[in-house]
Amino acid sequence: MEVVQSHRKSSSNNVIVSTLPLYRSAPPLEVRLEDFELFAMDRLRVLKGISDGLGRGKKPEEMEKLIAYLWKANMRHPHANEEANKDIISHFVLRLVYCRTEELRKWFLSMETTLFRYRFRFESSEAQRALMSEFKLPYKAVSNAEFESVKDKLGQVARSMGQTLAAADAIFYKVPFEEVPELVAGRRVFIHKGHAYVAMNQVVSLVVTQFRSYLSKALILTNRKWTSTVREQEKDRLAPIVEALCTSYLGPDYSQPNEVGEISLKDIYQIAKTSFPLCMRHLFEKVREDHHLKHGGRMQLGLFLKGVGLKLDDALAFWKAEFAPKVSAERFDKEYAYNIRHNYGREGKRTDYTPYSCQKIISSTPGVGDHHGCPYRHFSEENLRAALVRMGVSSRAVEDVMDKVRNRHYQLACTLTFEAVHGSSCDAGINHPNQYFIDSQRILQSKNGSVA
Amino acid sequence: MTKEEAENGRDDMAIDGAEQANAIPDGFNANYLRIYYGKLFPHADMFKWMSYGNDGKHPACDKSYFGRREFSFTLENDIYIRFQSFNSVIELENSIKEKCPFKIDIGPVYSVDPAKRHAYAGDNVFTPVERELVFDIDITDYDDVRYCCTGADVCLECWPLMTIAIKVIDAALRDDFGFNHILWVYSGRRGVHCWVCDGKARRLTNEQRAAIADYFRVYKGNENSHKKISLPGPVLHPFLARSYTEVLKGFFEAKLLPNQSLLSSEDRYEKILEMIPDASVASELRGRWQENKRASMSKDDINLVRWDQLKSVLQSGKQKTQGIRRCVEEIVFSFTYPRLDMEVSKHMNHLLKAPFCVHPKTGRVCVPIDPNNCDEFDPTTVPTLSQLVEELNREGLRQDTENEWDRTSLGDSIKFFRTTFLQPLLKSCKEDIESSYNTKLQQSKNTLSW
Repeated sequence: MEVVQSHRKSSSNNVIVSTLPLYRSAPPLEVRLEDFELFAMDRLRVLKGISDGLGRGKKPEEMEKLIAYLWKANMRHPHANEEANKDIISHFVLRLVYCRTEELRKWFLSMETTLFRYRFRFESSEAQRALMSEFKLPYKAVSNAEFESVKDKLGQVARSMGQTLAAADAIFYKVPFEEVPELVAGRRVFIHKGHAYVAMNQVVSLVVTQFRSYLSKALILTNRKWTSTVREQEKDRLAPIVEALCTSYLGPDYSQPNEVGEISLKDIYQIAKTSFPLCMRHLFEKVREDHHLKHGGRMQLGLFLKGVGLKLDDALAFWKAEFAPKVSAERFDKEYAYNIRHNYGREGKRTDYTPYSCQKIISSTPGVGDHHGCPYRHFSEENLRAALVRMGVSSRAVEDVMDKVRNRHYQLACTLTFEAVHGSSCDAGINHPNQYFIDSQRILQSKNGSVA
Repeated sequence: MTKEEAENGRDDMAIDGAEQANAIPDGFNANYLRIYYGKLFPHADMFKWMSYGNDGKHPACDKSYFGRREFSFTLENDIYIRFQSFNSVIELENSIKEKCPFKIDIGPVYSVDPAKRHAYAGDNVFTPVERELVFDIDITDYDDVRYCCTGADVCLECWPLMTIAIKVIDAALRDDFGFNHILWVYSGRRGVHCWVCDGKARRLTNEQRAAIADYFRVYKGNENSHKKISLPGPVLHPFLARSYTEVLKGFFEAKLLPNQSLLSSEDRYEKILEMIPDASVASELRGRWQENKRASMSKDDINLVRWDQLKSVLQSGKQKTQGIRRCVEEIVFSFTYPRLDMEVSKHMNHLLKAPFCVHPKTGRVCVPIDPNNCDEFDPTTVPTLSQLVEELNREGLRQDTENEWDRTSLGDSIKFFRTTFLQPLLKSCKEDIESSYNTKLQQSKNTLSW
């Protein structure tokens, strides 16, 4: 696979230089206006492809192939110089597009970091070491003596991950644990007195963290510059292109439920049975059964209902009524009403919160007493089967769904469920609970000509 | 004074009452609290702590530091006020005495004084810059593994689950992460809080806090999933292995198993059998135990006998799959391993109750717990508000009003707080301030040199 390009020799001192750019500063290049947009769109296809792949729960080996393919299909150029330029230019253009809001920044940061991570892995180890020193990471290799003293523990960590400690000349780096949060979080390193012992093959994590943190800060600066000076200057030239690039590629966020119109309180109970995805059905059933939901569940279901078209007053009435057996009206007004109004943007800093996407729900961490999260991921096989049967999914379809679940393709599992329940195919795949709802209503209304 | 007058809670009762023979009625109310804040709550110590050495005379001290810390008060009638800040110990003390909050929460240190936050527009200008690394462990998160109590109740049978949690987390914070200035506090009713106050800890980003919380996370699940602990891999990570051999295994086998009778009755042992991934192994044990219901062949506790049987079946040489052998550890972990509230630890702006507050529902003071002696801590003997008020009364009117806490049951807690936590912390802060000052001086000297 060919993302790694041939190394260029720098003319002055014959040092082999990797061609993976770090995007430290905007290049002093001239770009044609058409290329400005085209380059960015090509890169956006790569990033969107990565986003899709992650959302479908692809494993690392699959992501590797996917990214190699995406890069080759969109970013290649016969001249290595031109390719490098396109790489850098497209990145910086997209910074302009994606610096504007917290959510855009988060998405861009996440995709660029993933892209960088896989491209780094493709590099040779000398190239990787060269990149590490470019980041000025002040970490030293662990001395032989120290290695001997911690060898047992290092071996234990390796075996806990199903690996073996490499040969006696294994290189380990000692870094402050703060520098490698991903490795710490996954217990993939031995930590002692604040230092993490990182294996050479984990070095990727070190570098990626640096890349990510640098880009995160850069995006904030870009935003400031854009809003304070550039946007006005570029009102007629770049600004329209930048605006268009953004909206054309991020799907609807379902915060304005104008597609469906309003839903009244009495309709909710009916449509919950027919058009809610499993995650929301479960929460809905639980709140009716237990007359309570913990915070995570209230957020996930509450924002979904907002996206479905439930007005604030109806939402307040709904939660109040469901909680009534356990929570007095006064206590409800005191402890719960504020947060519901907060979700609708009527309190505090008046952010109008958007309903959670599948990606967000899948990555949540429901604990004791919680019912939120993605049932395809968080339920045991038994419970999931039972829930699917209750939804009316045929036993053959249940097997297909369970197969997807076992391979961790949670959104595909939900898509299959949708298809089984509605008897029609869903080519786009499910990416958002509100999308499931809208598509479901569309199908049912075209069959019946009314709210089903 | 008559009993009715005492119950009406007039302010002067505490000062007059040398002759008062009747006990102070139990409870939690604004009048008792006023006395508590007036004479017992350690305002000055809290100020010194939260200043982290910046209240000194050294030129490198940041005079604005304390004033940028957020406090929030919950007043009587559940009125909640956020973004309180104070510029001196006097301001802090006066505000507490005047408002008499039922609960005081401590938030982060912000980039600017929280009271002035509206003067700054734009993202990221008013933002947390420092905050202790905190943990919150609540015994209600263990409701699925304790049978003696549920909900807000706690007794000496299940409290040890908290003790275990302290031991595991404290050891890891010190040995693995290298932190030194750690304060464990009783939350007043049913749990414990942990404050990690090293400079490095206070400056951790949200992402780094989340990483630490995930490092500690083993329990994942709720009633929708069966297997809540999964320990894959042929060998445990050194942190988990150490926790198991040094703390969890012993506690489970010697205390929890017999005290909670985890294997004595069918519905209890079913819960454990459910965790065994191999149905035939589970039914083998089930068969043996169902037969054994009435007969008891030895004087040994039936729970211990059955646990031994379970272990020998699961760990016997016959078991080929990794998952079966590991099951024993998974069972022990699922009952005993600490269950942290992830959200509390992950965000810098999370507010946490201040130590030495009084819990409104129990009247108990949130006193520090010594992690080296946490086995001795007994939540049922923690001083209560009314108890302390009575102790003050008994001592009568005194000339000196310094250190009244020393004549009450709160004395030991405050002394402990000072000697084992506050003084070493402040010493270390002073050293840090000096050394970073010297570094800066050195740097500016270097840039001036030709």
